[in-house]
Amino acid sequence: MPYTASEMFGLIDCNNFYASCERLFRPDLMNRPVVVLSNNDGCIIARSNEAKALGIGMGTPYFKQDALIRKHDVAVFSSNYPLYGDISQRVMDILMQLEPDVEIYSIDEAFIRLQAGRHCDLESWGRFLKTTVQQRTGIPVSIGFGPTKTLAKIANRLAKKNSSAAGIFVITDQQSADRLLAAVPVGDIWGIGRRHAARLKKQAIHTALELKNCADTWIRKQLTVTGLRTAMELRGIPCISLEKAGPAKKSICTSRSFGQPVYTLGDLQEAVATYTTQAACKLRSEGLRTTVLDVFIRTNSFKKDAPQYCSRQTFTLSAPSSHTATLIKIALASLNAIYRPGYRYQKAGVLLNGLVPENYEQLRLFHAPAPCNETSLMKAVDIINRRWGRDTIQSAAAGLAKEWHFRQMKKSPAYTTRWSELPIAKASFPESFSMA
Amino acid sequence: MNKRLHIKKTSSIKAVFPADCGTTLQRPLFLSGVSAGFPSPADDYLDRKLDLNEHLVKNPAATFFVRVAGDSMLGAGINDNDILVVDRSLEPCSGSIVIAVVNGELTVKRLIKSKTSCRLAAENPDYPDLKIDEETPLEIWGVATYAIHSL
Repeated sequence: MPYTASEMFGLIDCNNFYASCERLFRPDLMNRPVVVLSNNDGCIIARSNEAKALGIGMGTPYFKQDALIRKHDVAVFSSNYPLYGDISQRVMDILMQLEPDVEIYSIDEAFIRLQAGRHCDLESWGRFLKTTVQQRTGIPVSIGFGPTKTLAKIANRLAKKNSSAAGIFVITDQQSADRLLAAVPVGDIWGIGRRHAARLKKQAIHTALELKNCADTWIRKQLTVTGLRTAMELRGIPCISLEKAGPAKKSICTSRSFGQPVYTLGDLQEAVATYTTQAACKLRSEGLRTTVLDVFIRTNSFKKDAPQYCSRQTFTLSAPSSHTATLIKIALASLNAIYRPGYRYQKAGVLLNGLVPENYEQLRLFHAPAPCNETSLMKAVDIINRRWGRDTIQSAAAGLAKEWHFRQMKKSPAYTTRWSELPIAKASFPESFSMA
Repeated sequence: MNKRLHIKKTSSIKAVFPADCGTTLQRPLFLSGVSAGFPSPADDYLDRKLDLNEHLVKNPAATFFVRVAGDSMLGAGINDNDILVVDRSLEPCSGSIVIAVVNGELTVKRLIKSKTSCRLAAENPDYPDLKIDEETPLEIWGVATYAIHSL
């Protein structure tokens, strides 16, 4: 029985996104295995298909795969977020040019909503979208279609897994959906987390089909109303709508693990000032100000034998601010209050909460409004740093040497965001080539 | 790959300036506009300023900038170190200046197609053309639309 829904959903997912971005300007990597490392070059967070075939696991520590990587000449990259962000935006822009209803779901995924009957043949429309994105950005994508977002997610998985699908998969009717759902483990369903999956397994619910066929009251009791919504979606009844404008940011967090353990207050101060600077910059780019600033520091909780310490300090501002120097002053005062000597610190972070739009200001009787030269100073700093590179102008508190800075030994150039790092096109022939 | 790709972000700091935020310039607030003399007769005819992006970049999402290394395209007005505007949304046709993948590298050439053959031509007599056949499959990365060089 075909679905009677008045609309269909599609999920477009970039294949091995970070690895594909690294390949875009390096055609020599086309058939070579590629992996991308997390911040600090710690874990493997993206793998090309060739790297997956070698058995390199997602999220595994880099050092544990070292032998395999050497043996198979795997290309290794530190994460290059300026590049991934730029390419992501291009993919999303192209989708938005071709489709009226797009929800950007993550850096490499987008949902689209199609009115039924707008495309008589979804598969060929999907193929057109896929080819267009690939041609214009060089990024391969897979597309799954279904009557609900949850089924579109499952269709997308099938588009990736079945080599016969060639990157496009459409779930069109109930019978074929049931057959497919029988092969999908509950843990792979969008919205069913690890804990819920374990709980369902204990109750002998192993596949998406089994969950779909459970009684509503039972599902609601086991998984709350969110789980019931997921089950309805598996039945082809749309319950989760397309969110076109992402919800306004509620908080901004900047935190990193250090490249090497940090002991001194001085190094921690530099790190906290740097993270505050980045968070404040993000805040201004979103047109926001913060009212609450949290600073936290902690030691490495995996090193059980070393003494452990972690602490957090919250400060509420008297007036919302996005002024870097003001926020650094607060952050450093908080840090000084929680710092204890004698520990190997592994991570620090700054969290901004209670964000308000910058044009919103509650005037107070005994407080002067934020001086306008603060605003214009920050605007000038942002423009200069955007033009000449991050940290061209920075607060001296953020430090110069940044000894604690996380490791990024294998970062590729910022090909699309810096004039000095553009990709090179050769205007000469390699000598090994045959001549006409 | 070319060494120039791997320009490290320089971390050398030229100067550190103390910030002086102590001064404010207070300005009076006028509640109505002040007109001094005649309004400009051009006001009704103002155009937007010209934006070079509009002229050079037709498809922003599909446009990339690449830097040229070498002088094999001098005859096409493309010099060493020029920046090319590359539009990946265009279909390459015979005569297009293209970025092609040759031997795993991005290479700039003129694409010459005929009914029976296809070649990547240099625009400098010192460089040979590259004939495309089954043994050297052709991958076009993008079509160059403008060269930017300083005079």
